[in-house]
Amino acid sequence: MTTAIRVEGLGKRYTIGHTKEAYRTMRDALAQSALAPIRRIRNFGRASYRAEDTIWALKDASFEVQEGEVLGVIGANGAGKSTLLKILTRITEPTEGHAELRGRVGSLLEVGTGFHPELTGRENIFLSGAVLGLSRNEILRKYDEIVEFSGVEKFLDTPVKRYSSGMKVRLGFSVAAHLEPEILLIDEVLAVGDAAFQRKCIGKMSDVTRTGRTVLFVSHNMNAISRLCERVILLDEGCIKLDGEAEQGIQTYLGFHTQRRGLYEAGRDRGNGPEILDRVELVDERGRTIEADYSNASEFEVRIAIRLEDPEPSGYLSVSVRDRQGIPVLFTDLRDSLEQGLPAGRSEYAVRFPAQLLASGEYTFTIGTSGVAKVARGALQNVVSICLRDFTSTRGEHRLGYFGARLSWTREDA
Amino acid sequence: MNPDQTSPQTPTTTIRARRGAWLPSLREVWEARELLGFLTWRDMKVRYKQAVLGIAWALLVPFLKMVVFSIVFGRLAGIDSEGYPYAIFMYAGLLPWQFFSEALTRSGQSIVSGANVITKVYFPRLILPIASIGAGLIDFVISFAVLGGVMAYFGFAPGLQILLVIPFTLLTLLAALSIGILVSALNTAYRDFRYILPFAVQLLMFLTPVIYSVSILPERFRWILWINPLTGIIDGFRYAILGRPISWEPLAISAGTILVILFTGLVVFRRTERYFADIV
Repeated sequence: MTTAIRVEGLGKRYTIGHTKEAYRTMRDALAQSALAPIRRIRNFGRASYRAEDTIWALKDASFEVQEGEVLGVIGANGAGKSTLLKILTRITEPTEGHAELRGRVGSLLEVGTGFHPELTGRENIFLSGAVLGLSRNEILRKYDEIVEFSGVEKFLDTPVKRYSSGMKVRLGFSVAAHLEPEILLIDEVLAVGDAAFQRKCIGKMSDVTRTGRTVLFVSHNMNAISRLCERVILLDEGCIKLDGEAEQGIQTYLGFHTQRRGLYEAGRDRGNGPEILDRVELVDERGRTIEADYSNASEFEVRIAIRLEDPEPSGYLSVSVRDRQGIPVLFTDLRDSLEQGLPAGRSEYAVRFPAQLLASGEYTFTIGTSGVAKVARGALQNVVSICLRDFTSTRGEHRLGYFGARLSWTREDA
Repeated sequence: MNPDQTSPQTPTTTIRARRGAWLPSLREVWEARELLGFLTWRDMKVRYKQAVLGIAWALLVPFLKMVVFSIVFGRLAGIDSEGYPYAIFMYAGLLPWQFFSEALTRSGQSIVSGANVITKVYFPRLILPIASIGAGLIDFVISFAVLGGVMAYFGFAPGLQILLVIPFTLLTLLAALSIGILVSALNTAYRDFRYILPFAVQLLMFLTPVIYSVSILPERFRWILWINPLTGIIDGFRYAILGRPISWEPLAISAGTILVILFTGLVVFRRTERYFADIV
């Protein structure tokens, strides 16, 4: 087997100033270059730029993908997935390192790339195809197939601006699905359209992966990842945290890697950055940390300690619960029952989960902060997790779905 | 970055930090010429699609401009047109100017207005400013038809040198392209450039002998106008259309200026290109 993609020490640094300000103006640039000599004299002997003004969106990433392999890339928002993809697709250049891709490369970061709303569906097939790298002849050859797959035959002469969003997505995906490069780089495009179309897309995707093409697939959808990929790399804060079997990677990502964790404390495993979430803990009725399996017939609490320098009157905390596959189960935030925002200093909150709310199963908890100005990390993904068991109902572990409530049944004819 | 020929069937893409190239790869642009064609076609199509009056506008605008300019500058201001009918004299300059300024404006905006494509897929970025030059050609041809009408009206028949219009048009295209490439990069890097551009274009029109002739300046100051690449081009058009004697020196200077701007534009473009997706 030969190597299709080889990535060595790839990294990309962004200057935060650039991303924060919407854009640079010439006026500023001129003013700055006029002031530069003065600043240089003033800063004589000091470091030329401050490290905290820059952020490594991707750092020292190295991996290889064999020909015909389907590699999934997973990680939380801001972990560097998109940056990696943008470098490999050559949309942006890396700050360091290099990568080599052997074979014709096709990329798919968006559905309907290159569409122009004023042009008809037919015209846009050609335009989008050309932008994605198909030659005129290839488009002509696959034209009928594309049209058929999209299911918008009747509207081919209608300007795309009059299409429904679903139609636009279908047409866009159809063009993209008929790219036939040796290496395919895909980002999250399956998260569009209605359920039926999504199934069709995943079907098409697995066809693609079976034709021996090399695929790099970035997604949040663990379901799709586990269906399409044998191997994943897990990114965390710009670094590759894990490179291995898909199932193992997904479980690590979801926080199930070692044993279940009922406690998170800042500074224990995450060093840098102004931490504002001090501690997250799952506690039982008597206030003890939940370490083992827990009965869903008892209530439990999520306790969160947060530390803020300044009060944040419109800031709030949120808790979201996900299942083993990463599918959202429940969401709640502080405003559900409290009116004030977040005060300065350390404060502690408790969210009570009533008994029998959730059915048996494994759940992870993500704690988020919103409306807080000085937050380095917007959310702690899957920080704590719990395994609920149903020891008390007749149905036991076999209850379908997420709800554990036992509903009342009455016999009406008695 | 260029696919190298290690083995003929598998093109290899190498991505590395700070590739040292000074100029954008023209070979890449050549390889993507089909896309260039599609984008030009798109711009033309879109331009004439929305307006039913599309073609009519392209006829009407230059015609009205000519009438108004003739009255204001020819009659009221009494600008000297060296014995030729002022309308034709002025229009022969307005024609390339109009094409130039429009092409420049469009290609200057091309990277910013192509932001959504630039952040989603790779292709040689240089294609965008180049493709947006082409759409103006249709307008140019239509304006030329207007000129034919005006010349017929004045009973003015051009000589064989009218064929030189073609190379002069290509030179205009090159002028618009070279400035357009420079501006498109600056426009992306510095967003306030957008406000400067229309003003600069307008100013440039008065620094260009469109409504007047270089001869209104004393001989020793004329070189100032010659640096302006449009001066030589417009002289060329007036020669081709009116048969007005031409001195080749300013034309050579104009062509030289265009090459310098083209080179500068390409270097600046290359330097900014790598950040387009991050800043656009």
